[in-house]
Amino acid sequence: MSEPVTEADLQAYADGNLPEERRAAVASWLAAHPEDAERIEAYRKLAEELRSTYDSVLVEPVPDRLRRAARPAQLRRAARVAVWVALGVALGGIASWQLHDSPPTPSVDSAGAMARRAAVAHATYAPEVRHPVEVGADQEDHLTKWLSKRLGTQLRPPKLEDVGYSLIGGRLLPGENGPVAHFMYQCNRGTRVTLYVRSDMQSQRSTAFRYSREGNVDVYYWVDSKLGYAVSSGDISKENLLNVANAAYQQLNPP
Amino acid sequence: MNEAQRLVDLIPRLRRYARALVGDRATADDLVQDTLERAWAKLHLYRRGTDLRAWLFTVMHNVHVNRVRATRLTDALDDEMPELAQRPPQGDALLVRDLDRGIARLPAEQRAVLLLVTLEEMSYDEVARTLGIPIGTVMSRLSRAREKLRAMMLGHGAPAKLKVVK
Repeated sequence: MSEPVTEADLQAYADGNLPEERRAAVASWLAAHPEDAERIEAYRKLAEELRSTYDSVLVEPVPDRLRRAARPAQLRRAARVAVWVALGVALGGIASWQLHDSPPTPSVDSAGAMARRAAVAHATYAPEVRHPVEVGADQEDHLTKWLSKRLGTQLRPPKLEDVGYSLIGGRLLPGENGPVAHFMYQCNRGTRVTLYVRSDMQSQRSTAFRYSREGNVDVYYWVDSKLGYAVSSGDISKENLLNVANAAYQQLNPP
Repeated sequence: MNEAQRLVDLIPRLRRYARALVGDRATADDLVQDTLERAWAKLHLYRRGTDLRAWLFTVMHNVHVNRVRATRLTDALDDEMPELAQRPPQGDALLVRDLDRGIARLPAEQRAVLLLVTLEEMSYDEVARTLGIPIGTVMSRLSRAREKLRAMMLGHGAPAKLKVVK
């Protein structure tokens, strides 16, 4: 017989916080103690009800006063940037116009739009604790078949273990013109990277790797005839992400 | 990712917790606003690279405790004195009303533990650090909160006796 089951074990059991072998021990203890089993089941249900009661707050629009309260330092930074921009314009007048030879053009191409959508999808789902994916990697076969069918092309989520990331699952998303497949990966420190795949890139030549920063999310993206791919992260360095994106690229676009 | 953006990203979670903690929307959002403002004032105390979420919930906890003290609500910080103030119902469903009332009647410090574990899905360790209490206290408060809530939901007045365990 292993260690005796404590009340703390039972609480952790209700929360799904026990390591696998301990969980099994507590489960068999509960099988022999129906009153406690009933009590713990009630705790688990209460937790579910609590979440379903209050989770709706997560999707309520955030009042402006709270947004403002969260951003004072950024406003200060924006003001500093404005000063530098003004200074830059003044210096620009003195210096040669060569500085302005190639003004950045707003990127409106659909690959750029894809990068933005990928970044939004990343920012939306990567922080999710309970529902980061619709179908977990434990059903990878089903996930791949389902998303392949919906996108009308054979998809194969790349294996990124070599660069430290494992697939945790994926979901279907609405894209600009049709469905999008969204795969999520996680490293052992819990950091997440997502792969966004669309299959409706129109009249796009294949492109090489491109990089874009959308808000706080770094995105590497490329187009392979009709397929568009974007690898996003908000938490790892640009260099680390490049490493991951490269590994994905090598597998998705074998030479 | 910079702190400003992460603060913004965490607002919905702060609101969810605050709503469950204090009941009505306006009071909950006041609490979130005070928390964000205090977070900016105290940001130099936050250690970069540590868990910003846990730190923010610590800030919110402190703000909440101060607000409760300041407004002299009967929000008892004593285990044996449940808060009796009635909060307005949150929804139509009987269950929601009952659950909401049940939570309101839990002692404040038990409610905080239960909500951090359940809504924020924090580990017991994280809850201990967030609230600045020993992990054993987290476990006993969690245990008591759940048993009280269960008893209330069953319509019983008094919770069943719990075995005393370490």
